[in-house]
Amino acid sequence: MKRVVIGAVSLAGTAAAIARWLATRHRGTAPMKDPKAQRRWLAVTINCLPEDVAPEGRLPEPLAGLDAEVRIAKAPGDRGTELYARPRTPLPIGPSAIMAKLRGDDPRDMVMSALRQVKSLIETGEVLQPDMPSGAMRPAVPGSTRGKVVDMAAVRAAGERRL
Amino acid sequence: MKAVCWQGVNELTVERVPDPEIQNDQDAIVKVVATTTCGSDLHLLSGHIPEMHAGDVIGHEFLGEIVEVGSGVRRHRPGDRVVVCSVIGCGRCWSCRHDLWSLCENSNPKPGFTDMAWGGSTAGIFGYSHAMGGFRGSHAEFVRVPFADQGTFTVPDGVEDTSALFTSDAAPTGWMGADLGGVKPGDVVAVWGCGAVGQMAARAAMLLGAEQVISIDRFPERLAMTARHVGSEVIDYTTTDVPAELRERTGGRGPDVCIEAVGMEAHSVGPEQVYEQAKHQLGIGLDRPFAVREAVHACRTGGSVFILGVFAGMVDRFPLGAMMNKGLTVRGAQQNGHRYIPMLLDRVAKGELVTSHLATHMMSLDDAPRGYDMFKTKKDGCVRAVFRPDI
Repeated sequence: MKRVVIGAVSLAGTAAAIARWLATRHRGTAPMKDPKAQRRWLAVTINCLPEDVAPEGRLPEPLAGLDAEVRIAKAPGDRGTELYARPRTPLPIGPSAIMAKLRGDDPRDMVMSALRQVKSLIETGEVLQPDMPSGAMRPAVPGSTRGKVVDMAAVRAAGERRL
Repeated sequence: MKAVCWQGVNELTVERVPDPEIQNDQDAIVKVVATTTCGSDLHLLSGHIPEMHAGDVIGHEFLGEIVEVGSGVRRHRPGDRVVVCSVIGCGRCWSCRHDLWSLCENSNPKPGFTDMAWGGSTAGIFGYSHAMGGFRGSHAEFVRVPFADQGTFTVPDGVEDTSALFTSDAAPTGWMGADLGGVKPGDVVAVWGCGAVGQMAARAAMLLGAEQVISIDRFPERLAMTARHVGSEVIDYTTTDVPAELRERTGGRGPDVCIEAVGMEAHSVGPEQVYEQAKHQLGIGLDRPFAVREAVHACRTGGSVFILGVFAGMVDRFPLGAMMNKGLTVRGAQQNGHRYIPMLLDRVAKGELVTSHLATHMMSLDDAPRGYDMFKTKKDGCVRAVFRPDI
């Protein structure tokens, strides 16, 4: 009987904890899957004049090398220039999309990464590299799935605003 | 080279790791002379900051000598004695141009984590996880410093290493709390936390003209140190009802500006401590905002609350009703150090800002794990442990 009571209390405690966690965890503001997700423009705002982004109509590298639609607009106030892009190529779907994400060749991630690089090159003249890992580095929990997921995420952490 | 590496929750080791190299033209390599523990490192140690890997070199508040520069560095040369801002800023994006250096748009090469967690990316920080760029930290013999022309500041002759060291992070963080919190002459300011950042915030409030500054903590030695070196009034929250005491000391109004310098692992004497600990044990531990809650409640109507303590995720039971109905302004930020460091070095040189007393324990890099243990448990009155690779 005592075991049953302890079990029930533990179960109730766990359920309460899960409910509490669900109630307090981060929720995005979107109530449903975005129907435009695949076609939305990706964008960065660059601290320069529009003519400095594409002098004489030439797109900057590495964006120029991608098969992407591009548009440029003056940003409001003193914010510079908005540079928009999105892939022209059909996006992979289903398992192919997952594999593309894992391999780091998802077309939207590649466009977003290129936009960030263009911004950095125009503003600072270089694309900052993270430090080379120290020889001893490994996932915090060796061999854990979480560590591997974090490793994969880190590889493409310059992509679109979702991992 | 030798470096202090995070290996897992509450586990630090001293390892041999490869020397850093110039990777970008605007990099410099700095030979570390002194590097110090910071309260925000304790969040890394306890596993509250995501995206740490075993082997990551920690530490972000340091001073050293430039030994190598990339071809794009113009303002510095080998031999310069410099203090390095813990936050990395490019100096040319819109945020840096507007003195919001901790929001630099080009210094975090791994912006995906913060984009996802917070809806926007922030600057890179030395030794502060892969979410903040994956840069190696300063508890090492050498550090690679990106955008070196922006983030390294020559230390004036006559200013000792131990004094200049704290202008890397603690002093500019504290100054920012008072400055962006809107402290003006005649104000009453309350500061939660008498660690290095809290002491610097209190001193900054005085230098900005506050008429009365009150510091709050529970450790007698920290309260005594703050009273002695900063000159503020002090309150021990374990023996005093803080909001009641603040009301009584301010004619019933409450402080004009409340600065929180505690962070996500705050301690409380109330039953909420048990509640938060229970959540932590269940693995659903959110950030613990005890000091923020108290600051919001204690602040005068129409006042300002500035959050300097580091938070990473969600909090619950935040007094949004008090904030809204009392018409408070609540702000927070990682430090925009580039904006303040030259001015702070000047003030240190003139003797207006005293920082050297914060270095309560000086030790070698090999002793860093012991230093962090002392710092975490506040053993022997430890306020800051400073590591010198040359010891």
